[in-house]
Amino acid sequence: MPIWLFIVVSVVKSAILLVVLLTAVAYTVWLERKVVGHMQNRWGPTRVGPFGLLQPAADGLKFLFKEDLTPPHVYKPLYIAAPMIAVIFALTSIAVIPFGNSVVIHGYTIPLQVTDVNVGLLLILGVTSIGVYGVALAGWSSNNKYSLLGGLRASAQMVSYEISLGLSLVGVLIMSGSFSLRHIVEAQQGHFWGFIPRWNIFHGQIVGFFCYLIAAYAETNRIPFDLPEAETELVAGYHTEYSAMKFAMFFMAEYANMITVACLATLLFLGGWNGPVFGPYPLQVILPVIWFAAKVFVFLFIYIWVRGTLPRFRYDQLMAFGWKFLLPVAICNLIATAVAVAW
Amino acid sequence: MVPLSYYLVLSAILFACGVTGFLIKRNIITIFMSIELMLNGVNLSFVAFAAQWHALSGQVFVFFVMVVAAAEAAVGLAVIIAIYRARETLNVDQVNLLKL
Amino acid sequence: MSIHLILFLFFGVAAVAGAVNLLAQSHPINSALSLIAVMAALAGEFLLLGAEFVAAIQVIVYAGAIMVLFVFVIMLLNAGVEERTKGSKVAIMFGIPGMLIGSVLVAWAVLHSYGNQQVFASVLEGTPSKIAMLLFHEFLLPFEVTSILILIAIMGAVVLASKPHAVQKRKEH
Repeated sequence: MPIWLFIVVSVVKSAILLVVLLTAVAYTVWLERKVVGHMQNRWGPTRVGPFGLLQPAADGLKFLFKEDLTPPHVYKPLYIAAPMIAVIFALTSIAVIPFGNSVVIHGYTIPLQVTDVNVGLLLILGVTSIGVYGVALAGWSSNNKYSLLGGLRASAQMVSYEISLGLSLVGVLIMSGSFSLRHIVEAQQGHFWGFIPRWNIFHGQIVGFFCYLIAAYAETNRIPFDLPEAETELVAGYHTEYSAMKFAMFFMAEYANMITVACLATLLFLGGWNGPVFGPYPLQVILPVIWFAAKVFVFLFIYIWVRGTLPRFRYDQLMAFGWKFLLPVAICNLIATAVAVAW
Repeated sequence: MVPLSYYLVLSAILFACGVTGFLIKRNIITIFMSIELMLNGVNLSFVAFAAQWHALSGQVFVFFVMVVAAAEAAVGLAVIIAIYRARETLNVDQVNLLKL
Repeated sequence: MSIHLILFLFFGVAAVAGAVNLLAQSHPINSALSLIAVMAALAGEFLLLGAEFVAAIQVIVYAGAIMVLFVFVIMLLNAGVEERTKGSKVAIMFGIPGMLIGSVLVAWAVLHSYGNQQVFASVLEGTPSKIAMLLFHEFLLPFEVTSILILIAIMGAVVLASKPHAVQKRKEH
């Protein structure tokens, strides 16, 4: 493929992905409000559009028109940069996530992924590590003791659970033999015993899946690990002093992180886009993407379900759980997988 | 195709900036960060030579340098916290008495 | 003017700008952020040299963990703007010209002794599997020794940063 065509195709793919991701973020918020509402025996948003489906648009307009207040005592450069850092790195990791097999247009094979890097999984871990700065700098630059405490707690929590997150993924790596996300999904094709699909969750990584699930909840600051941003504890934690668009950026970053984590869980543990494929050629390209989206939706639903059900951890309970329980379990999972593969 | 010496000159500039920071700065945390800058400059040298001599051991050594830098940063920052608790200052010029 | 040279210059200028900014800023948090920018630029340089695993590790470990530690300590200890003492003014007067002369000498020596040896982009594939083979076969002893080193560092950091026993005893009285 000539260089200019490659660049044009990449730009088009990035633009489509960005639009899809931002819409997905908005509708994840809607989904959360509806599901949590129904769990609490109430309706959730119903007035704006049918089933409240236009509520995210109304919220977006509200954020645009709200007064963007910058308190006088903040450290301005970092105050403005911190939400941008959070959003940029939340949206970056979508670049290496594959959504399906390749599409063949006019003789050119275009993979359904912006780039397929050899070390794709490490790149996602790296971007997650850098996302901690958005939170830490927001807490510090607000010049406010509640924000500072919330920011420090949130970043310490994210850094602690990153280790368990990484270790729970190493079991999958040992079984697939590659860091490239496309190869990991391709290693999960086929069935064993005739009808059970060869997804990693059925193929021995069930403990790894639960480690990943819990570490992901802590990494994205969601209930039961959302003490750093709990309203009743720390006056909204690290985003106390933010209003309007900057607050919307933190909100978007949190939900984009949730979606990235859900996509990663689907790729690594639930078999990615593998599923029954039939029909003519356009259907053969679209069906894997639909299977991928369905699995991501299931994972997001579990996220929201846990949010509506569990109470939150206290901070020392949270840190003790991360270091004293989850990390040893992840290491044992790694050792057991290594021993099983070596035999 | 970039000549090897360009990479080495970049590494030398970063190392020189690190040494300068170590000498002129008075805040103990900034001095520590200059040490990390020196280590990064050296890492670049290692990887450049690994690419030139087609020896992957250069990159493995960078891995070890990073591990040692992590251990050193952890212990060094703990020492800095202990000094701050004892002397209430982060200025190296004022940490000049053996007894408080 | 190949694309390799353009990318090298882009990342190189970013790295040097970050390093000079580290020296020029007076508040440690700005220096910390410039150092993170230097590390990101160096990760780009590593990618140009074909070291993809090392570049990823640079971002995850150095920029994502070690610098987070630095930023934490700066926030916890509430480090303020640096003061200028007599010692620092003397150091600036002698140090900066000295370092400039030193680095110019080193750069001249390097440029004249290596001739025209070129490094080609990404010829050496530093994939994780190749590095793992080296790490667990030839470099197994250093690997195990560094793991013990990290254990010692963890224990040392916890002991050094905990509150001293004298304070606890005074609280009991």
